[in-house]
Amino acid sequence: MEIFSLTMHDLHELLVRRELSVTEAVRSFLERIQTFNGKLNAYLTVLAEQALQEADRFDNGKKDLTESPLAGVPLAIKDVLCTRGIRTSCGSRILQQFVPPFDATAVEALHRAGAIFLGKTNMDEFAMGSSNENSAYGPCRNPWDLERVPGGSSGGSAAAVAADLCAGALGTDTGGSIRQPASFCGVVGLKPTYGRVSRFGLVAFASSLDQIGPITKDVEDAAILLQAVAGYDRRDSTSVDRPVPDYREALRTPIEGLKLGIPQEYFIDGMNPDVVQAVQRAIQTCRDLGAEIVDLSLPHTDYGVAAYYIIAPAEASSNLARYDGVKYGFRVPDAKDLMDMYCQSRVNGFGFEVKRRIMLGTYALSAGYYDAYYRKASQVRSLIKQDFLAAFEKCDALLAPVSPVPAFKIGEKSDDPLQMYLSDVFTLPASLAGVPGISVPCGFTAEQLPVGLQILGPHFQEELILRVAFHYEQATRDQRPKPAVL
Amino acid sequence: MEYEPIIGLEVHAQLLTRSKIFCGCSTTFGALPNTHTCPVCLGMPGSLPVLNENVVEFTIRMALATHCQIAAISQFARKNYFYPDLPKGYQISQYELPLAEKGWVEIETQRGPQRIRINRIHMEEDAGKLIHDEFQPVSHVDFNRTGVPLIEIVSEPDLRTPEDAASYLKMLRETLRYLEICDGNMEEGSMRCDANISLRPVGTERLGTKTELKNMNSFRNVQRALEFEIRRQRALLEKGETIIQETRLWDTGRNTTVSMRGKEEAHDYRYFPDPDLVAIVIDEQWIERVRGSLPELPDAKRERFMRDYELPPYDAQVLTSSKALADYFEAAVQRFAQPKLVSNWIMSELLRELKKDEKDIEGCQVTPQQLAELLELIDKDIISGKIAKSVFQEMYTTGRSAAGIIDDQGLKQVKDESAIESVIDEVLAENNKEVELFRGGKEKLFGFFVGQVMKKTKGKANPKLVNEILRKKL
Ligand SMILES: [Zn+2]
Repeated sequence: MEIFSLTMHDLHELLVRRELSVTEAVRSFLERIQTFNGKLNAYLTVLAEQALQEADRFDNGKKDLTESPLAGVPLAIKDVLCTRGIRTSCGSRILQQFVPPFDATAVEALHRAGAIFLGKTNMDEFAMGSSNENSAYGPCRNPWDLERVPGGSSGGSAAAVAADLCAGALGTDTGGSIRQPASFCGVVGLKPTYGRVSRFGLVAFASSLDQIGPITKDVEDAAILLQAVAGYDRRDSTSVDRPVPDYREALRTPIEGLKLGIPQEYFIDGMNPDVVQAVQRAIQTCRDLGAEIVDLSLPHTDYGVAAYYIIAPAEASSNLARYDGVKYGFRVPDAKDLMDMYCQSRVNGFGFEVKRRIMLGTYALSAGYYDAYYRKASQVRSLIKQDFLAAFEKCDALLAPVSPVPAFKIGEKSDDPLQMYLSDVFTLPASLAGVPGISVPCGFTAEQLPVGLQILGPHFQEELILRVAFHYEQATRDQRPKPAVL
Repeated sequence: MEYEPIIGLEVHAQLLTRSKIFCGCSTTFGALPNTHTCPVCLGMPGSLPVLNENVVEFTIRMALATHCQIAAISQFARKNYFYPDLPKGYQISQYELPLAEKGWVEIETQRGPQRIRINRIHMEEDAGKLIHDEFQPVSHVDFNRTGVPLIEIVSEPDLRTPEDAASYLKMLRETLRYLEICDGNMEEGSMRCDANISLRPVGTERLGTKTELKNMNSFRNVQRALEFEIRRQRALLEKGETIIQETRLWDTGRNTTVSMRGKEEAHDYRYFPDPDLVAIVIDEQWIERVRGSLPELPDAKRERFMRDYELPPYDAQVLTSSKALADYFEAAVQRFAQPKLVSNWIMSELLRELKKDEKDIEGCQVTPQQLAELLELIDKDIISGKIAKSVFQEMYTTGRSAAGIIDDQGLKQVKDESAIESVIDEVLAENNKEVELFRGGKEKLFGFFVGQVMKKTKGKANPKLVNEILRKKL
């Protein structure tokens, strides 16, 4: 097997056994990036020199490879996470020149664990989108079919993992932005419980929903990467101070006897039949592994899209107010006055979708509309959370599709925002409820497009969904092709 | 028609915490621009606020001192508007769930003591400062003040005259300073005041249309602006015109208020709960702990001064008008245990000098111990009360001790009987005619002889001895 195709844990084992130097590993990825990034546009920034310098420190014995399972492992970081001294664009023109003076807590944690950063990955502008078409730096493409989207907003990270342009990556998920691109690209993606991973240094889209999580080649890698970034952080008041279990250890326990719920609202008319079939087969596999399958209902699922597209834009309209051309980022050169500077900088600095959501959110928070929109949406959000709490009284975890459709063609939905928003229908409720979810590959459509199985668990039960995903993955491991187009 | 003004005040007070409300930056005033900043208070992408618990503690203090109900759960909200001194494009404040509500303070008015209800007290962050270039059309922003903690104290419309408003403000300032949570300096902006004012016909219930007044940076300006606005609104109402709901700015130079923006241009701040901060949970224990640590408040102190020091109400009122002054008085009394005498000296001599120099008691060179020492010298007949006043002048300007000044200038009273006797002999010898007249029955001349003796001794002769010896000799 090629070096770049290895999982993080296999690669780390080779590095520790000195069968491979860290420099060789890094070079292997850098060459691959050089060959394919032009086609894929997965990376916005490649840190070749810095990565090689870091590799050298391991090969020189200045750093120890055995200290952590991430030591010497080359990773990619979504360009929404602040990296000290390295441009962090958020896929936006308005932050084209923005170089943060600090590292995100998650980035710092990976750094401490010895991970090597290959670069910053492409994304929908400010993480707003489901296709990566909203990047100011051009769309990223799906390695399984270059005419198709990799999903979004963490499209660059998912594509980079799928195309072996890194060993693993960090993404962020606000309404499905890790899980949906992972399913579109045939890789593993986990959105942790809200509060499990510090958001400090994550440039905010919707603060009450944003979470950082791993995108990896297999479930064990997801456990390793989550382990490194999970935990309380004083700098994020919304991070939760509770112990982090040993996720990798938790994978060992079989899933026999677990009760897995199938929410009926996640199988609806108009879904791609191949997706339904792949997910049904996956459910059968879990049953074969000894899990008990129970049908149940999450009755408020239908309202998830509406509630999300009020709450997230409302928060975004406020979070993005700081991009006013005053302190950093893009400013029009020849504004007439202050108001003109604000307007022109924002009109020219932001892309279309971002402006649409700022408008939506501003409207939803306006005097006279607040109760009808924002407050109502918050109430719906509580009901959706109640749905999950009630469901987890009846089962241990939920199985569902990630997306009703596989990766679509670039441009196919970009003129129809409503169609685009509806494709998030199965990922939004878990985000609104704050529960963790993982997307694990579960086969292909007739067109050879990957399909993802979504496993959702109760708050702070990441080890449980990782465990289900792991045993499902182990049972189906031999059916894993690689993207053929590359 | 008689009109009655209805006034409510919104007071912002900068809290004296060492660090800012959501980051560790210093709150010290007067540093070079943008040196007390960090990614959090600059609103850098990716930064997050973390609440400084001292701010909550300080706010609880004020809430308790003003008899407010403290919310078990309160919440921060974002107030959204664009301005270059506001780095995030929103101010973190409180809206739907403020920390404290429904309190009151009592103020003295011409109609007797009045209870002024407090609608709410909430926490928020201060904004930065714009510095406009004098020579070019350029503005700079100083973010040192950004994130300095503020509390906003909103009164109910219970004030009826500009004088009420001023005494309410003074009461709040006094309380803030007693609690040591704000220095209450309106000129420097550590205490700011906006006013809402409307007029209604006396005897009616319905409130008239109000205007909001801003930009009044002293107690005097608040009073003057309200007086002006009452005249302006009354004139309009008397002409049968209607009041426009608007925000008006006080112009100190021109002694007038001018319209800043109307109702239509009012901001829609789009308040919503700040998702970056969790709810503030305050339990009984916390409240009780703060209550236990509260200093004695002005009302209680005034009562105690009247009871323990047997001071008249007026003295007690003046001496407790600031904590520093009350402390000064008590320190002096500790050394010289005649409270009324100490009070007299502070209220007449000391406060007069301070007022002349526009200084606070904090800026006084004479320590309470030094004042007590001076009073002791009078009490022991070492100097006369009259000479003491000039000694005090010297102490006030130089900060030297009374004993030192008296020694240097030889001001000690002459109590040596033979010395006084010889001066008296001199005086009697020089004024034969008056001695004859006195002995002939013109007793009023006794004062004349005393005066002559004092003149010769430069006021240092002990008056009691002078009297005694003079009587004998005459
Ligand atoms: Zn700061």
